[in-house]
Amino acid sequence: MTIQGRVWKYGDNVDTDAIIPARYLNVHTAEELAPHCMEDIDAGFAEAVQAGDVIVAGENFGCGSSREHAPLAMKGAGVGAVVARSFARIFFRNAIGVGLPILESAAAVDGAEAGHQMEIDLEHGQIRNLTTGEAYQAEPYPPFMMEIVQAGGLVPYTKRQLDAGRQGREVR
Amino acid sequence: MGSTMAEKILASHAGLETVHAGQFVEANVDIVLGNDITAPIAIREFEKLAGDGERLRVFDPERVVLVADHFAPNKDIKSAEQCVVMRRFAQQQNLPHYYDVGCMGIEHVLLPEEGLVVPGDVVAGADSHTCTYGALGAFAAGVGSTDIAVAMATGRLWMRVPETIRIVYHGELQPWVGGKDLILHTIGQIGVAGARYMAIEFAGPAIDALSMEGRLTMANMAIEAGAKAGLFAVDGTTRAYVDGRALRPYRSYRADPDALYARLVEIDASQIEPQVSFPHLPENSRAASQAGDVPIDQAVIGSCTNGRLEDLRAAASVLRGRHVGPGVRCIVIPGSQRVYLDALREGLLEVFVKAGAAVSTPTCGPCLGGHMGVLAAGERAVSTTNRNFRGRMGHPDSEVYLAGPAVAAASAIAGRIAHPDEV
Repeated sequence: MTIQGRVWKYGDNVDTDAIIPARYLNVHTAEELAPHCMEDIDAGFAEAVQAGDVIVAGENFGCGSSREHAPLAMKGAGVGAVVARSFARIFFRNAIGVGLPILESAAAVDGAEAGHQMEIDLEHGQIRNLTTGEAYQAEPYPPFMMEIVQAGGLVPYTKRQLDAGRQGREVR
Repeated sequence: MGSTMAEKILASHAGLETVHAGQFVEANVDIVLGNDITAPIAIREFEKLAGDGERLRVFDPERVVLVADHFAPNKDIKSAEQCVVMRRFAQQQNLPHYYDVGCMGIEHVLLPEEGLVVPGDVVAGADSHTCTYGALGAFAAGVGSTDIAVAMATGRLWMRVPETIRIVYHGELQPWVGGKDLILHTIGQIGVAGARYMAIEFAGPAIDALSMEGRLTMANMAIEAGAKAGLFAVDGTTRAYVDGRALRPYRSYRADPDALYARLVEIDASQIEPQVSFPHLPENSRAASQAGDVPIDQAVIGSCTNGRLEDLRAAASVLRGRHVGPGVRCIVIPGSQRVYLDALREGLLEVFVKAGAAVSTPTCGPCLGGHMGVLAAGERAVSTTNRNFRGRMGHPDSEVYLAGPAVAAASAIAGRIAHPDEV
């Protein structure tokens, strides 16, 4: 799976209230949440972002609340992937859970500016900055997590196991 | 090599002799928790797990807890509809532990109080402050809605066994210093990402002497240092709190003396003054006495962090016989119906009303800028809640200063951030 788009760059500790303010948590579909994505730190984002664009950020991206609305809002807005120096753990879980591609690479973050074109080969964890020509290797997912990612998220992954059990086959 | 508390609890729930930090396990979950914000997504994802034509049941109705607390009592039509989704699901699945307006509390005040979480549990909650139950010696972690959808269906959840930071607090606490001040100071020391992906074990003489309320406050904010869980060993204080409430038998786990820690932090708690965390990160903590002149428009006393009886007593001891300053809105929110009733019987609510404060039914409301005290542009609040991110309590150009209940009450009187000794 290849993702290609424009870089939107942010700093450290982008919290989930910044990604989707709590005042919009009275709805819960990606479509309803998307128009408010990043609203309080980058008011023009939701309107200007294009399918496949990449959010690039510093340390502890997605810190704060457990709201799955955060990766859902991003998916709804068309965000193709998030590349950060590091992720807060619940956000990391949620992104894996809902199938939003996320990668850790400090070098890719340092080498990217807003507006650069970035290409990501998710399967191999390769990040290419098409504007500068630099290539980076992201931290690989642990094998267990790669299985969830390849299944398309935690629900399809679990459903496959449950269905196997329903058919009387052995479930791990 | 010995094991940390987190390693022991996760090993027992994964059916393994031992586990080590970094290992992925599938753990049995004792309690699965959702609220009116996170449960609607979880319910939608749960339904997707059903087989063809099947009506999927939760793995154990006794173990699934749903609480309408964030935007309840319903703040608008959309919030009301989200509560309907959760209420219907609770009825369909015959969930005995569904808490609605009139019997509810803020989830992390309510669950320990009702004996729903006991020491040694693994709790998966679709709310980041689920880590609160670490105060009881449970391994409790905030997860996403999809995670609890899976846990509701299977009773199991994948976990990465976390490394542990052990933080040891020495010395006796100064007057007006409580769990909130200890944790704000600690986050100031280690940073908002200082315990990212890790567990924290809180220990030492100052912790041994700390009340259960103080421990719940500290564990609650472990997430604000990035932690997955914040754990306290079970002792006499825990047992005195849990016995008589626990709905199930429980097990106590202690870290081995030779457990392997990622980091050891020693803190002289006797040097810690009442704290305030400045906008826009909880790590911006400093002594309230060093706050300078920071005028405030609103004071919020409550939340899953500081909405328990001891917190209301601390606030009332400052507000008794005094009045909230001119132009300040002081909002007091008891954390549960039980806390509300206890505060009523003790006369605390009368103290608040006479002091010019508004007293609300339990709700998360203003903490996340939902309702019951949303800030306008340029307004400033001192709040006993847990987050002061930009826009957290309302307009993106408002500000939140985090503090314990005594400092919040003193600030409400002074009209600016104040140490309780100043009023």
